[in-house]
Amino acid sequence: MAKVPVQFTLNGAEKAEFIESGTTLLNALRDKIGDTSPKGGCHQGTCGACSVIIDGELRLSCLTLAETCNGADIKTTAGLAEGGVLHPLQRAFLDAFATQCGFCTPGMIMAAKVLLDRTPNPSREDVVEALSGNICRCTGYEPIIQAVLVAARANSQNAA
Amino acid sequence: MSLALQTFSSVKDANAALQAAGTRYLGGGTLVVRAANEGDVSTSSLVRVTDPGLSRIAVADGDVRLGASVTMAAIARHPELAALAPAARAVGGPAIRNMATVGGNLFAPAPYGDFAVALLALDATIVTEDGETPIEAFLASRDTSRAIITAVGFALPKVESFRFLKVSRVKPKGVSVLSIAVVLERTADGTVSSARIALGCMADRPIRAIAAEKALLGCKLAPGEIAPALAAAGEGVAPITDPIASAWYRAEVLPVHLGRLLLG
Repeated sequence: MAKVPVQFTLNGAEKAEFIESGTTLLNALRDKIGDTSPKGGCHQGTCGACSVIIDGELRLSCLTLAETCNGADIKTTAGLAEGGVLHPLQRAFLDAFATQCGFCTPGMIMAAKVLLDRTPNPSREDVVEALSGNICRCTGYEPIIQAVLVAARANSQNAA
Repeated sequence: MSLALQTFSSVKDANAALQAAGTRYLGGGTLVVRAANEGDVSTSSLVRVTDPGLSRIAVADGDVRLGASVTMAAIARHPELAALAPAARAVGGPAIRNMATVGGNLFAPAPYGDFAVALLALDATIVTEDGETPIEAFLASRDTSRAIITAVGFALPKVESFRFLKVSRVKPKGVSVLSIAVVLERTADGTVSSARIALGCMADRPIRAIAAEKALLGCKLAPGEIAPALAAAGEGVAPITDPIASAWYRAEVLPVHLGRLLLG
């Protein structure tokens, strides 16, 4: 199978790789580039564990072919912490016990980040809607919803 | 997985490439990449088109033209398409809606394809390089369709004349038990003068409830008057059975939900 070049920005750093045509972005990120923060859950677009942000929009990396991301700006949960300091969403997930097994967490945080980037003061309904494509089998969702609301409040207090 | 992706700037060139055996068109990826991930080896090559015209939304003089690559998210947030927003938002979660396209939804097998149910109620026209096809004729022959869809066109319904309902067990988002789209015209006193009803999950693809449409003509939207239409709603349906619901259950609850949609 012929290899094709892909290049994109991942969490602010330029990345270039040769991959097999038809490789999903999820596999390219995990197996080629070494960013294992997006998780491969269902590979069917049902669970949301592979969610990443491409050019500001939430997408599923398991259903996105890496070659279609040439020139794109990709963000994953691995790029959120700055200088060892956790992002407010990561901090809130820890503090609110919103993580149990942790498998859904990177996808949840990506979905929540897109929400807070656009809606800094979301309602509970906004949060539920934003997370509606992400499945968690541990927490019962309530701690996750609370964590996102706490992170939103922390953000708005920092901004004030 | 062994897939080769071919990217074209024009639909014409892509149409030529699509004639090769084992080739499918790649829209948002939520159908074809999913199939590949699931182990479907019948597809060896994918074709896509980068023409920005395929992502265009045009609304003029009450007519809507949606490029085939327009996503559900783009429809849901478009200020002039507010009437259709409930149908676009019914599809998947936020990430899926950023990817899933109008063109792809026309090919989605039940229980998916909720937006195509809306397009069927709207009597949309399916546009390819070869010309335009009414949506009913297109849906009937979609399994053998080899021409890339470039756009869909329809008359923009008034907010009050278009109704859409998706029923799912998981809230707020889940796979369809069924979906219903209705386009109703009513006279000044509320009498139904025309009705078009489309159903999802009542066959392997969206179908019309023609008997119910006929029974609704001349009725006012009151429980006693719509009863014959509800009784006729199941005529000709062959619901799917899947882990969400059995065919029997879907057929049983169809009149209940159609009634709620009409009276709501």
